Amino acid sequence: MTARPAPPPASPAEALLARADELRAALTGNFRDQLVQALYEDAETIARRAVKPVGARRRDWDQALDRLVTSPLFGLPLMLALLAVVFWLTVVGANYPSQLIATALFWVEGQASALFEAWGVPGWATGFIWHGTFRGLAWVVSVMLPPMAIFFPCFTILEDLGYLPRVAFNLDWLFKRAGAHGKQAIAMSMGFGCNAAGVIATRTIDSPRERLIALLTNNFVPCNGRFPTLIMLATVFVAAAFPPAFASVAAAGSVVMVVVIGVLFTLVVSALLSRTVLKGEASAFTLELPPYRRPNIGRILYTSFIDRTIFVLWRAVQTAAPAGAAIWVLGNVFVGGESLAQHAANFLNPPGQAIGLDGVILLAYVIAIPANEIVVPTMLMVYMGAGMMTADAPSFEALRALLIVQHGWTMLTAVNLMLFSLLHNPCATTILTMWKETRSLKWTTLGALMPLGIAFLVTFVTATAARLLGWA
Amino acid sequence: MTDCSSCPAHAPLAQMDLDVSRFDYVVALAGNPNTGKSTVFNALTGLKQHTGNWPGKTVTRAEGGYTYAGRRYKLVDLPGTYSLLSASQDEEIARDFILFGQPDCTIVVVDATCLERNLNLALQVLEISDRVVVCVNLMDEARRKGLEVDVRSLSRDLGAPAVPTAARTGEGLRQLLTTVADVIEGRLTTAPHRVRGNDELQRAVAQLLPLIEHAAPDLPNARWVAMRLLDGDHRVRQALLNGELAAIAQRQREAVQRFSRKMALEGTQ
Repeated sequence: MTARPAPPPASPAEALLARADELRAALTGNFRDQLVQALYEDAETIARRAVKPVGARRRDWDQALDRLVTSPLFGLPLMLALLAVVFWLTVVGANYPSQLIATALFWVEGQASALFEAWGVPGWATGFIWHGTFRGLAWVVSVMLPPMAIFFPCFTILEDLGYLPRVAFNLDWLFKRAGAHGKQAIAMSMGFGCNAAGVIATRTIDSPRERLIALLTNNFVPCNGRFPTLIMLATVFVAAAFPPAFASVAAAGSVVMVVVIGVLFTLVVSALLSRTVLKGEASAFTLELPPYRRPNIGRILYTSFIDRTIFVLWRAVQTAAPAGAAIWVLGNVFVGGESLAQHAANFLNPPGQAIGLDGVILLAYVIAIPANEIVVPTMLMVYMGAGMMTADAPSFEALRALLIVQHGWTMLTAVNLMLFSLLHNPCATTILTMWKETRSLKWTTLGALMPLGIAFLVTFVTATAARLLGWA
Repeated sequence: MTDCSSCPAHAPLAQMDLDVSRFDYVVALAGNPNTGKSTVFNALTGLKQHTGNWPGKTVTRAEGGYTYAGRRYKLVDLPGTYSLLSASQDEEIARDFILFGQPDCTIVVVDATCLERNLNLALQVLEISDRVVVCVNLMDEARRKGLEVDVRSLSRDLGAPAVPTAARTGEGLRQLLTTVADVIEGRLTTAPHRVRGNDELQRAVAQLLPLIEHAAPDLPNARWVAMRLLDGDHRVRQALLNGELAAIAQRQREAVQRFSRKMALEGTQ
């Protein structure tokens, strides 16, 4: 029989913790509830002594507005209508300035390259700098800048007005049905700006399960980097398929459709996750509807122009220039009679065709992993760089001609490209943010590959269906 | 003027990835979501962080600086939260910064149009720190809504200075800066309101206080630590076991000593 060793003397900290545990167990009620109640009582007393209503209370127009905007009947349709108006303004307004910028930039290209020739600069250098890189950038600026300059201020006005929490309120019951947290609607709205920001915004969700769901599905709403692509496709393809009177309405409607599809995928995937790998009940929360505030025009112009338009454009230009160089190399290094770009595009062509796209588009998506902004420019540069230069000034009309006449795009290509753009893997920044937020290889990988898988699946289904029905 | 990076009081801030060199004081900015906290931050620092009209705009920490009366202040914008009691990440960031970061002063921004709900957080901050200035923001909106806020009554009840502001137009911001400087440099003393709670709660807290004094002497917010322990807060338990809390008290003592030495030397303050 051995003597039990005496327990080591407890440190003051351990003694304190032990006593705290005893006291907590001895309390009759829940400590947290008692404390919160005490806090509220004190806050109420102090506030009552400090705040006095003076004069007649003015008519509360914002409550009346809230009743309309968040009403079960009108809330959702009103939201869609607002979205449609914003896109419509963008589509209608972007066309003319777009052509103006294009004409100006092409004039610069012509003058500069003539100057280079006069100076005796070798032809390949003139070609690389002016007809390659600069022309690529000219496309980016003229096709992307005008839509962004209209879309972003509109979006910022809605944001500063205080509309987004109302959106969250309207969508709350849907997220609840999906077994997800209502605050996910706010993180999702942030995603319309930038998915990386949306992923960070999930921090406000305190349940880890629901936070992961929000984080993994944030990518299903198109971000600022992808909206220009969607709007451009809508303008070039959807609008052209309708009589001129309905063209812009149809284009705006199709972008709204894409957004609705994105929200549907967010909900369906959230529901699947919360019933499989991330099982659990939705938790309750309070959502504050802030007062409507008159947006500050100077601030809106600053935010939407400097923070958003120039930011997105600069990211596109920054990544488009090296991408342009890479594409130039891919297009000009020949192996076995074909350029590297053609080899890569040929290799990617079968899977590309299977989902209604082509090898060049998939190649563009591979090159554009760092930033979604450059998908269209990359695609154009690959099309043009592989000896398929177009001499037309970049306008929506010329773009149509290039894609449809020279590269055989159909309505199916456009629709599937919109879907693929909506659903495919997040950009490198977002993936990195997922990793930083979760510190988990498993969830980051799932967050990157699950959307990609869904994008392939959905576009494969639509392509196959369209072909079977003889539409494409 | 001392270089902040070298003094031990700011060592934990440096650990929190905060660059404190080139600054004399560190000021934290706390508040409920959507009280115009980011507008106050921008107005004071001249930065152009985007301020969106929705709760939860600031989920990370934004930092900026300003100079006032020859002193350089570092301003840290904490995530907007309704309370510091729950376990969500934004609340933890705010709580940890105020408790372990030990800023020289914490500005709590409250919304004048719904004071009662906002005071809940202000009272919690006052439990943790006694160097607090309450910024009663959105005074213009309150006036429009026909509400009058008696700031003197509020200051008296909270035991900390309250300053009325309308950050969007810049109203009251100068007064805010003066008050922050006065609190930091000891020209204004505070006597923070402490939540008492019912008898049972008070008795339990009273029983823990001597033990806390034994484990981490001279802790400025022992009552709050007692309440967190009674609530079973893991982070505070851990801080007690690994000596973080005792270190806070130690740094406070050193700061006080340094301050009185400085006063003796300069003969002013």
